[in-house]
Amino acid sequence: MAVLLIAETLAGELAADATGKALSAAKKLGDVTILVAGENAKGAADAAAKLDGVSKVLCCEDPSLGHNLAEPKAALVVSIAGDYEHILAPATIAGKNLMPRVAALLDVMVISDISGIVDGDTFERPVYAGNAIQTVKTSDAKKVLTVRTANFDAVGEGGSASVETISAVENPGVSEWVEDKIAASDRPELTSAKRIISGGRAMASKENFAIIEKVADKLGAAVGASRAAVDSGYAPNDWQVGQTGKVVAPELYIAVGISGAIQHLAGMKDSKVIVAINKDEEAPIFQVADYGLVADLFDVLPELESKL
Amino acid sequence: MKVLVPVKRVIDYNVKVRVKADGSGVDLANVKMSMNPFDEIAVEEAIRLKEKGVAEEIVVVSIGVKQSQETLRTALAMGADRAILIEASDDVHTDIEPLAVAKLLKGVIDEEQPGLVLLGKQAIDNDMNATGQMLAALLGWGQATNAAELAIEGDTATVTREVDGGMQTLKLKMPAIVTADLRLNEPRYASLPNIMKAKKKPLDAKTAADYGVDVAPRLTVVSTAEPKGRSAGVKVADVDELISKLKNEAGVL
Ligand SMILES: Cc1cc2nc3c(=O)[nH]c(=O)nc-3n(C[C@H](O)[C@H](O)[C@H](O)COP(=O)(O)OP(=O)(O)OC[C@H]3O[C@@H](n4cnc5c(N)ncnc54)[C@H](O)[C@@H]3O)c2cc1C
Ligand SMILES: Nc1ncnc2c1ncn2[C@@H]1O[C@H](COP(=O)(O)O)[C@@H](O)[C@H]1O
Repeated sequence: MAVLLIAETLAGELAADATGKALSAAKKLGDVTILVAGENAKGAADAAAKLDGVSKVLCCEDPSLGHNLAEPKAALVVSIAGDYEHILAPATIAGKNLMPRVAALLDVMVISDISGIVDGDTFERPVYAGNAIQTVKTSDAKKVLTVRTANFDAVGEGGSASVETISAVENPGVSEWVEDKIAASDRPELTSAKRIISGGRAMASKENFAIIEKVADKLGAAVGASRAAVDSGYAPNDWQVGQTGKVVAPELYIAVGISGAIQHLAGMKDSKVIVAINKDEEAPIFQVADYGLVADLFDVLPELESKL
Repeated sequence: MKVLVPVKRVIDYNVKVRVKADGSGVDLANVKMSMNPFDEIAVEEAIRLKEKGVAEEIVVVSIGVKQSQETLRTALAMGADRAILIEASDDVHTDIEPLAVAKLLKGVIDEEQPGLVLLGKQAIDNDMNATGQMLAALLGWGQATNAAELAIEGDTATVTREVDGGMQTLKLKMPAIVTADLRLNEPRYASLPNIMKAKKKPLDAKTAADYGVDVAPRLTVVSTAEPKGRSAGVKVADVDELISKLKNEAGVL
């Protein structure tokens, strides 16, 4: 059956990791066409064509598609939806913004954040902050899904799909982009990083977070944060890991001064190895940690940095 | 301008969720229920718009079981003016899906004609993150999800959103849909006098049939399972032991 995957792009470039992980889910459902939409989308479309196992890439360039606005992009997806039984996107902020709109326009129920595929109609997804996994079967003929990227391995390169240009549809014109403030960083991106070190409320200031960053640089790790650290202004919002932040599953996750509330665990408990550094030996984070160190983080972090 | 705020009754975020042994769902009988935390933020934002003189009236709507009127009373005690309860089920274990919720809300909006609808970005029970976007689609309105800042001028809403990598600012033509993220504001607590006053504020009771909406689910829950458990590992004595274990035992360094 034909499957349409909406590519994730960041500043016009293909987000290969998020798209590649959603692609490995999409491939289980059938023959995959990837849609790349943007103001300038050709480069990203060429990159998508190289992903392993893609049959075809559709490239749509239009100024209205430049900033991931949901309204023109949903209109575009709906205009080509007739050809596909499954329509997927990675469950990124952009994907979650877009896909429910697409689903409602098609009068189907969106299935958000799937973590597993049972068959073409049946999917697994976490609910209640990951405290339960639901298996749901849809009765809708068309399936609109977002894919929890932490649960799927990215496919590599090796494809050579053809790229076909398609035209945009009329912009509904109800929203307008003003600006993006995207922080540039040399560190790996949270959702694709193999190692992550996250700080919590106990970091106590933005300046102190620099100690975490130093350790991160030694490890080649991405930096994450708890909600409390973000709310207190110690770390930027897009570092938040958890139920309502980023969901990650790196090989190594180090939680520093984080108590381990269920909302935080929801975003990281699928990590391969978890390390917790906390001065309270009763902290719930130790219940999920493979290695726990009961100590003051302000002693541990400098030592860790010098010994790594 | 009238502001409409849909509020959902959900299991309290502090309650440890229990999956029923027979896999039929989670146990919701006799557990503490509260307003979805993101909806408290949405209600707070509406009240602030009213305090600034931008909004004139705040109408809150809840869809679900009869007990959702407690959630509506909480919103009224915070400062909303009027409430609409749409009874769509008599079983506390039945979750009305975002598509059906959006269709019912569209029915309310056709009658009420609000200039702005403020929702939570996500219900913490089903974790769907869908209703606002679906409603925007059904109405053909603009949408801004994950709002961290909201400013209204004339018939334009300027919204700064939390997106992957940072922040994005959009302008929406009103009427519009905005969904609240965690850092939009810090919701107030209702004072005792306001809780008393809220008991006298108007609460309209409706049913799904009043809006001609079929709330039958499109998704059947086949089973509900406990997630793969993780057990506590070992405590290490110091940094040296930690590094050694990560290198030699776990092989991740
Ligand atoms: C709707 C909703 C959504 C939420 N979403 C998220 C989410 O996505 N992500 C998230 O993280 N949270 C989320 N939360 C918040 C969550 O419930 C917790 O409040 C939050 O995770 C706590 O952050 P924390 O562990 O940093 O802080 P705290 O719970 O305050 O823990 C601080 C820890 O640091 C330890 N400590 C203190 N000093 C030191 C020291 N010197 N050295 C070592 N350890 C020290 C303490 O022992 C304590 O365990 C959400 C909450 C709600 C209601
Ligand atoms: N049954 C409901 N009654 C009222 N509002 C709801 C209901 N379900 C969802 N909502 C609104 O839609 C938002 C997102 O919910 P969801 O799409 O289910 O994650 C919530 O934060 C509420 O504002």
